[in-house]
Amino acid sequence: MAMTQTQKILAAHAGKTEVKAGELILASLDRVLGNDITSPVAIRAFQALGAETVYDKDRIVMVMDHFAPNKDIKAAEQCCCCRDFCGAQGISHFYDVGKAGIEHALLPEQGLVTAGDCVIGADSHTCTYGALGAFSTGVGSTDMACAMATGKAWFKVPSAIRVVLRGSLQKYVSGKDVILHLIGKIGVDGARYRSLEFTGEGVSALSISDRLCIANMAIEAGAKNGIFEVDDETLIYLRAQGAAKPAVYAADPDAEYDETIEIDLSAIRPTVAFPHLPENTKTFDEIGEIPVQQVVIGSCTNGRIEDLRAAAEILKGRKCAEHVRVIIIPATQQVYLDAMDEGLLRIFIESGAAVSVPTCGPCLGGHMGVLAAGERAVATTNRNFVGRMGHPDSEVYLASPAVAAASAVAGRLASPEEVMGL
Amino acid sequence: MKYQGTVIRYGDNVDTDVIIPARYLNTGDPAALAAHCMEDLDSSFVTRVKPGDIMVAGQNFGCGSSREHAPIAIKASGISVVIAESFARIFYRNAINIGLPIVECPAAAKAISAGDTVEADLGAGVIRNLTTGAEFGTAPFPPFIQQIIEAGGLVEAIKSGKIG
Repeated sequence: MAMTQTQKILAAHAGKTEVKAGELILASLDRVLGNDITSPVAIRAFQALGAETVYDKDRIVMVMDHFAPNKDIKAAEQCCCCRDFCGAQGISHFYDVGKAGIEHALLPEQGLVTAGDCVIGADSHTCTYGALGAFSTGVGSTDMACAMATGKAWFKVPSAIRVVLRGSLQKYVSGKDVILHLIGKIGVDGARYRSLEFTGEGVSALSISDRLCIANMAIEAGAKNGIFEVDDETLIYLRAQGAAKPAVYAADPDAEYDETIEIDLSAIRPTVAFPHLPENTKTFDEIGEIPVQQVVIGSCTNGRIEDLRAAAEILKGRKCAEHVRVIIIPATQQVYLDAMDEGLLRIFIESGAAVSVPTCGPCLGGHMGVLAAGERAVATTNRNFVGRMGHPDSEVYLASPAVAAASAVAGRLASPEEVMGL
Repeated sequence: MKYQGTVIRYGDNVDTDVIIPARYLNTGDPAALAAHCMEDLDSSFVTRVKPGDIMVAGQNFGCGSSREHAPIAIKASGISVVIAESFARIFYRNAINIGLPIVECPAAAKAISAGDTVEADLGAGVIRNLTTGAEFGTAPFPPFIQQIIEAGGLVEAIKSGKIG
């Protein structure tokens, strides 16, 4: 029977020759991930289970990123809980402040995920690794606990939406604009319980960074996972990061899809998601004068070096508007180092922006840039729900790094073309 | 598997950030989380919710983050069951795993009003609106899901030998 790319990976991890949509399977896991917020709940559940040792100390990854560096005493205690557990269990991939970064930027960078892997993480944006041809999905802490004990998780095999990409992106348009465009089209539950499978000649026109950004926000359309077909670019990237040998699965040509959506990449314009849902998308021909008080460039969605380069291209030799606080957060220590070597940090600081240590921080209203009532931010993050970045009366506008940087200069929502005088 | 309570009602796309804002995620303690449940959507929820109350909502309930703190907060606030037109998938899984019964029933979720008294019989797969007399059928919970809920969650069910 014909299978989708996702179904093939799940079948392989369930020891089956084929699976079909709706079937319940028990799959073995290549990685089990948690962070400083979800892991303490999982560790307590793991202990309550009576489990003594994790199934494989080299396959569990714990990253201190959400409220780290510790934002308060309770956050410090949560990190201690993770640190103590990883120490006692001999977990080899424990990433603490100074070695860490935002989990979904860190795992691909460190070569911890490869094509064909089956990964769960107690964080909804675990779907990011689909960019590399892996099946990866977010779960809760109890699932993480059971997976740490057994190395397995049960899944309902998803059906899929096929997204066929054609053409290539115009200047100042990025993966963020593509995924916002798609979510605007299908809605925040448009892919609920299903896979989003990205295919077509346009895939190879997208950088790995753009693909990571697109897969990252599959959850914002309700998807179980987002996944890209594997091409030469993927294999080159995996090799460069020292990832394990890839297992390449391609969807069967006659695989069944619930629907097919075609996207012409060359027609995508810089796109902004207005409060308070990622589906509330607009392009600049529909956007009026919207002043902003804060700009955040970072997160698991857009904190990679390519994102910082895009922002720096616009901020170079320009000043952030007087009344705008601009916060730039390299997603990992390596991104920070690269940004330093490339002179990007100087560009940011000279423009009047603040550069932070790697952290999820303001994306979820944790710390390092929380908003007051009535304040408005343009952010390269992934959610603009009520209260997401702070006070319930604040507003978050989701955009690409180029749009965020242009808005920082203009002091209001602005397109890169306008600021660059094109 | 029978629950009866007064309905507290919300709309579509109730996300996990409004169910429990991230600023309170520096703890996993159920009572501490319940103290801020629904705060950014409905600040009166914590003062008016009574043990056994039933939460009814529209589409895509629990969308957003994977935080298990969200169903934990709802359960610890005293809500006995959540009925919605549809649920986001991570929330659905988390709710069952921590022993919060949730039911997908578009007809019931659309027809039930705030303040109605509702009885949900999840073993039989029937939701009755005792205020209006309307009755709605749902897919009954399979025995293993009933066992997880009755044990108080997946961990408790595995420990007590009920499943696994």
